[in-house]
This record gives sequence, C-alpha cells and structure tokens, in this order.
Amino acid sequence: MNVKRCFGQPPAGVDPEKLQGALIVVEGPDSSGRSTQIELLARWLGERGYAVEQVGLKRSRLVAPSLEQAQEGNVLSPRTMTLFYATDFYDQLENRIVPALKAGYVVLADRYIYTLIARSTVRGADPDWLRSLYSMAIVPDAVFLLRVSAPRLVERTLTQRASLDYWESGMDLGLSRDWYESFMIYQRRLRAVFAGLQDEYDFQVINGNRSARTIQRDLRFRVEALLGRLFGGEHLAEGDDDGQATGV
Amino acid sequence: MRAEPTGTTGLPGRLIAVEGLDGSGKSTQIRLLHQWLEGLGLKVFFSEWNSSVLVKDATRRGKKRHLLTPTTFSLIHATDFADRYERQILPMLRAGSIVLCDRYIYTAFARDGVRGCDPGWLRRLYGFARHPDITFYFRLPLQVSLGRILEGRPRLKYFEAGMDLGLSPDIYQSFRLFQGGVMEQYDRMADEFGLTVMDATRTIHRQQEITRRIVAERIDLARYRLRRRR
Repeated sequence: MNVKRCFGQPPAGVDPEKLQGALIVVEGPDSSGRSTQIELLARWLGERGYAVEQVGLKRSRLVAPSLEQAQEGNVLSPRTMTLFYATDFYDQLENRIVPALKAGYVVLADRYIYTLIARSTVRGADPDWLRSLYSMAIVPDAVFLLRVSAPRLVERTLTQRASLDYWESGMDLGLSRDWYESFMIYQRRLRAVFAGLQDEYDFQVINGNRSARTIQRDLRFRVEALLGRLFGGEHLAEGDDDGQATGV
Repeated sequence: MRAEPTGTTGLPGRLIAVEGLDGSGKSTQIRLLHQWLEGLGLKVFFSEWNSSVLVKDATRRGKKRHLLTPTTFSLIHATDFADRYERQILPMLRAGSIVLCDRYIYTAFARDGVRGCDPGWLRRLYGFARHPDITFYFRLPLQVSLGRILEGRPRLKYFEAGMDLGLSPDIYQSFRLFQGGVMEQYDRMADEFGLTVMDATRTIHRQQEITRRIVAERIDLARYRLRRRR
C-alpha cells in the first residue's frame, strides 16, 4: 500500500493521491553524521535501481539567496525567519518533492518540517501556529532521527569545522555570551523539543553514537523494509513471474 | 460568523486600514486621511503593503521567473508582512501612534483565496496580526474599477493579472476574471470581519468627508496629539 497524504489540507493544486514513490526523512543536528548517512543511502539506493532525489533545507532557488543574506546580517525577527524558511520549504515541496514522488522516485530529505518546527519552537513561536503553517506538508513514509549525545556532538562539531556555527549555537537567543555554553544550552533545548515531536510524529530513533558503518547498516535494514512495504507487491509479482529477483 | 476581534485592545495606538480592488481609489483616500491627521498634529504613521527591502529581493526573483505557486506566493507575502508588522506596525502601535495601512491582511485573504489557498490556513497564517480598529473597504462595481485600470491598456504584471491561474491566455481577460474573484472574496469578508463598506462611486471629496467623520467618531483623536515643546 502506497498512499500519501498531507498533515492537513494539501497545497492548492496538489493531489496527494496522485503521488507514489517514497519520502524518507533523516533528521538530526549538524555534525550528527546526517549528510554522510544520506549520501551513503542515496548511493546504495541508486545501485539497487531506485531513482533518488535529494532535498534539504535552504536549497530553494526562490529564497535561499535572500535567507543567506538575512542570516549574515542577523536582522530578521524569529517570525520572519520562520516564514522565510516555510517559503523555502514549500518551494521545494511543490517544485521538487511533489514532482519526484509523482514520478515514483525515492526522495531523501535532509531534514524536514521537524527541524524547522523545533528551531522556531525554541525561539518562542506558538506551537499551534507552527503546526498550521506546515500542515500542508506531505506526511513522510519514514522519519529517522539520528540521536547523538551532546558532548559527542560538540566534539564532532569542533573536529569537523574547528569552530561553532552562530545559528547552531543559538547565539541569536542570547542564552550566553559564551559560545560553548550557548551551544550546550541550545542543543539541549532542541533535544527536548525533538523528544516531544518524536511521539507526535512517530520518529524512528537511530543511535548516532555508533560508527558510520553500523548506523548505515541499521538505516538500510529499515529502508529495505519500508520499500518492501511500499513497492513490495509489485516486486514480488515480478519475481514470481520470471523467477528473477528485482532491485538487487 | 464574525471573527474574534483581537483588535488593538491593550495597545495604546490605533490601526486603520484601507482595502479594495485596484482602481477603487483607496490609496487616494488614505493619503488624504494621512494629510488630515498630520494637519491635526497627531502622531501618525503610514505603512504600505509590500514595502520591506529584504523580502523584495526574493519576491522579485520569484515573480520574474514565474516560480511561485499559490502557496509560495502567499508565504512570501506573509514573510514580508511579518517583517513590516514586527518592525514597524507593532512598535508604532505600542508607542501610541495611529498607524495607517494601505492594504492589510485582507488583501492576502482575498488574493490567495482566489488562488485556491485554504481560507482557514490563511487566517491562521496571519493569526499573529491584530485586526485594525477600522478597516474601510472601498467598494466599486467591478466594471467601473476594471474600466479605471484597463482604460489606458496599461502593461499588466503577470501575477497582478492572475495569469498564474490560467484563467485566460489573454492578460486583460485574465485580469478581469481575477479581479472578479477578488471582489467576491472582499464581499464575503465584509461580514466575516466587520469591514466598513464605503461606496466608492461617490466623489473623492465626499468619500473623504465620510471617512474622516467615521475616524473621528470611532477614535479619540485628541489622545494622539504630538507633545508640544515649550
């Protein structure tokens, strides 16, 4: 069974029933190894004969340049920022995710509405307002949350980039003038919000403290099961007919 | 059913908005109102729809390439509005000014509604914005406002004419149909939000007289005098 729906009303002109494919979301903080895992998944899926489309946040042609500019100046209010991100999100949803799903692609989303909701929640946005704002998003077929312990996260961030990022440290919130301290408080708050979202949206939590290889094996196992469920009938039928395994 | 009037209660300022179709004369009316209030020596601030610098970029980019869907069109304007609302309108209201808005959230409800956005979603999207103390809806028969705009066969813009809706390949015809839809939305909102409907077929002068009278009746203008230095 492969039936897509939106959380609330679909966007104007989008019919979720016409969508096929698979929408897989990987969530997790920066330096959680998220991007690496998605890269590996994409390659693996390609090898297995699935067409893959990768999407992420702040990648739309529409607002990405303005967003970058605004972030550098740090001049937008949290609400304006939230709406900017929402514009970016829906631009990608309608111009990339929907067409890809229509065509039967496996869409790998490097974060989705959950990160956007979490960031804005930490910055004081009204939870109901946020949920309504993102209610036109398509419900993913699976959401994997990479969870990494805070000390581990800061260690990885520092070894990877040699410095903390202004936004990922929540410096705009004025939690502390000390970047390290601000980073720790901010990430802790994000984690608390994510813990709430986890139940609400049915995440599959992946232990991100393990090696990249182990995590990947875990993910593949789950993705395999998911694709079997979504496209399974088809594959089995083909396999039965000509006695060949497909997609391997 | 009338929407909950969140109003400007609790804030010292007062908010007045004008709404209506292109060609309804609403901008003229609010300009005249602005002049009058300034002439009275009141603290008054004028804010236009779609005027914040940061968002202009993105809007221009999207409009130029016709990249916008009804949803992103709506959101980009909401972003712009939020920026202006939190940076100008709200601080001015808190500081005790009379704030005049040429178009307000009802413009978004009308246009985006015609584009097929869910009315409930739109109203929640703009839920952070206070409803004005007075919203004038300058209402003109559709043919008259269309005539005013289309008389000189002006160059219409793609989105302004609702070309993205595919109503007609002819931009003028598309504009007519789009404006008709927008007007239906306004008429429905007149009840929903208790808009003050103004007969825009009257002379400019007469309309302004009525506008000023309503403002003077509903707002205690004396409270908004600029403090004089001695």
